[in-house]
Amino acid sequence: MTLKTIYEKQPEVFKFSDKNLKIAEDILKKYPQDRKKSAVMPLLYLAQKQNENWIPLSAMKYIAKYLSIPYIKVYEVATFYSMYNLSPVGKYLVQVCTTSPCLIRGADKLLKVCKEKISTNEKELSENKKCSWMEVECLGACVNAPMIQVNEDYYEDLDEKNTREIIESLLKDKPLKPGSYRGRKNTSPENIQNFNGKINYDQNRR
Amino acid sequence: MPKIIINEKEIEFEKGMTVLQACELANVEIPRFCYHEKLSIAGNCRMCLVEMEKSPKPIASCAMPAEEGMKIKTNTEFVEKARKGVMEFLLANHPLDCPVCDQGGECDLQDQSLYYGVDKSRFLENKRFVKEKYMGPLIKTQMTRCIHCTRCVRFATEVAGVPELGAVGRGEDMEITTYLEKSMESELSANVIDLCPVGALTSKPYAFEARPWELKKTESIDVMDSVGSNIRVDTYGWEVKRILPRVNNEINEEWISDKTRYACDGLLKQRLDTPYIKKDGKLIKCSWEEAIGKICEKINSTDPNKLGAHVGDMVGLENIFAFKKLLSKIKCNSFDFREKNFYINSSDKINYLFNSSIKGIEDSDLILLVGCNPRHEATMVNARIRKTFSKKKTPIFSVGEPGDLTYEYQVVGKSTQDLKDIIDGKNHFKKQFLSSKKPIVIIGESALEMKSGQFIFEEIKEFLLKNNFINKNWNALNILIQNASTVGCLDLKFFNSNNIYESTFFDKIENNKFEIIYLLGSDNLEIKKKDEFIIYQGSHGDRGAEIADIILPSPAYTEQNSLFINLEGRVQECRKASYPPGKSMEDWKIFNLIYKSLKNEKLFYKHEDLKNSAMKEIINFSQIDSLPKKIIKDNKKINSNFDDETIIIKEIDYYFSNAVARSSKTMSDCRKIKLNLPKEGTNN
Repeated sequence: MTLKTIYEKQPEVFKFSDKNLKIAEDILKKYPQDRKKSAVMPLLYLAQKQNENWIPLSAMKYIAKYLSIPYIKVYEVATFYSMYNLSPVGKYLVQVCTTSPCLIRGADKLLKVCKEKISTNEKELSENKKCSWMEVECLGACVNAPMIQVNEDYYEDLDEKNTREIIESLLKDKPLKPGSYRGRKNTSPENIQNFNGKINYDQNRR
Repeated sequence: MPKIIINEKEIEFEKGMTVLQACELANVEIPRFCYHEKLSIAGNCRMCLVEMEKSPKPIASCAMPAEEGMKIKTNTEFVEKARKGVMEFLLANHPLDCPVCDQGGECDLQDQSLYYGVDKSRFLENKRFVKEKYMGPLIKTQMTRCIHCTRCVRFATEVAGVPELGAVGRGEDMEITTYLEKSMESELSANVIDLCPVGALTSKPYAFEARPWELKKTESIDVMDSVGSNIRVDTYGWEVKRILPRVNNEINEEWISDKTRYACDGLLKQRLDTPYIKKDGKLIKCSWEEAIGKICEKINSTDPNKLGAHVGDMVGLENIFAFKKLLSKIKCNSFDFREKNFYINSSDKINYLFNSSIKGIEDSDLILLVGCNPRHEATMVNARIRKTFSKKKTPIFSVGEPGDLTYEYQVVGKSTQDLKDIIDGKNHFKKQFLSSKKPIVIIGESALEMKSGQFIFEEIKEFLLKNNFINKNWNALNILIQNASTVGCLDLKFFNSNNIYESTFFDKIENNKFEIIYLLGSDNLEIKKKDEFIIYQGSHGDRGAEIADIILPSPAYTEQNSLFINLEGRVQECRKASYPPGKSMEDWKIFNLIYKSLKNEKLFYKHEDLKNSAMKEIINFSQIDSLPKKIIKDNKKINSNFDDETIIIKEIDYYFSNAVARSSKTMSDCRKIKLNLPKEGTNN
């Protein structure tokens, strides 16, 4: 991991949209009046969601003013956590889990697809600026390995073929449905054993 | 008191102490990097690990509260192994550049690695490199050396009150940086250099100047403002290389202001090293005999009533005393020490002191500033107010608007009328003031300088007396004096009438009534010169020397022993750290020369005699380094005129307030940044 690079072309101003301003007010209500500064993390996340998955410096300044805390404190938090992006990552950020369980089940093949379809290096925008990818550590869905996270959605039980389909759909800005791609419901066992000992093979398989 | 067992020795400690503090009570030294008494506890360097009975792991003693019956061991193999492990990690990324590092010789990491360092490195990977950061003209950074103790970050946020430093990134990539890499906007910024346990933040003006063991160290006091911060002057030969703070919890704690620290390069520049005399409109070098002869000739041929004298801002007590004696011998009766005509009631000592004392600020429960900006007028007092504010949330109010003081305050009035309303009870603030138990009122020179300066002072004093806020235990009346010499001058009554307010000195200066003006280190007095004969005696070729007809060189504050009384009335000794350049002579010896040439006898024979007789004149003197005796006289109320005017707090040119600072390159760099002046063509 290296220190996050700050994007060079920064937008001048940032403001919460009316909808997000309401959400921000609701977030503030969760904290006591004199502990307002604790809301810095959810607010940064909100700003990231509003601004196509990345946080410009102006947003940090805006949040610092909004919470009346020093700017450097917001900056510290934003650079500390890996899930805040400080340069553009595109509308769809593909995070490929490469921790052991996923890797054993073939995460490297997913990486190959990403490199081929999106960009050769991670954290680089695709040609149409819609998408970027990065390797991440365990996302906590080992039962459904290998998997990728696209923004807030998990695409699970993948292989090379359907990963390619998913990424192509992202690049076309028409994302496919998230969830298991082997037809499982959440993390339920794939081969359900009946009471009589029979095994239902591939009942819901597409 | 609860007890704790440290290395099988039982020791009593105060409740609320940490294990580290208890260990210090037991005279056991604990190595540390991040822990500092005056800052909050971070517990991130892990160097202070100790063994605690029943704990399987070593504990960080700086962050662990001491409890009754704890059994701590600090000298076991287990502890040493733990500390060695920590040290190995700290050194993993620390460069081996001690030979070229300015911290060498006074580096905590260097010292402690002697005891806990491993002789060989097991670290095979590349060491990290961090880009240098820009932190202004005072602080040189070499961030690769940083061990992330975050002392500087905590200092900037907690003590200096400018949250501009922060730690960005995490893990190996953590970096300390300022807000968008600009210089720190604080008068206390250079204290981070002392705080830094390694060579990451070092002094820029002192870079590669000397090694600490080559320097001669002299304990002295500072005269840049009237606080009298305790300092250590480090000299190499004649040159004053640097000035460091000395711990004095009564005054400056462990910090000093940037002006105190860095004006010292002004001691090497613009110095007067030989007498000068003006011939045909040009100042030319001359001998002492010629200069003294000319002065005596002038004095003898002039009516003593047309003789004026003025004492500057950095003159010691003995010199004021000797000067006054010389003036009385030559029958001069027009002299003053003020740079602006401000009101002072000199009838009682409490009328011109910071009576609550600097440490006393911490006990107060309400602070009212009247026409003063403590941040620039007395930086260390401001640091103490901020400490009180952040520790106890003491409410702070101000009459007049001083601007950013690094803490929150509420403006309760802008004019003298508002102040009158408060005293008369028309303003609801009076109620709040009266409900406090230990309030503090700080009156600045800006307020006393106004037409209703007398009204402000006398009414406030009357108000405090009436409500019993001036008594044996608590004195709420405080005057914020700006110059180091002022309290001494007031004690020695260096003004020409019984009532200083009726002084005609300023009228005479303004209307050019003097024929001779004798300036003793006085550079800030405004003189529109006509035909006066001006004698300037001082250390620097500054404003005073510019208009002088005769210049007599004398030592600066680091070059002679003298006493100073700070704004609390504390008498402190400023000691000789180096010697004056060229033919300069100590001030009292110059007076001797003049008097000898006039009357053929000496005024004083020894400095000791002079010091003793000057000390006898100090009012309510108790002893050196302590506060004066608390004596409150019964004063009659002085009725005064009231003028309705807006209280304007005069902005002082902080980095350029005296001759030494004006000669200093570092100070002028700081000033340029503060005032946003463009760089000169020759300077990059």
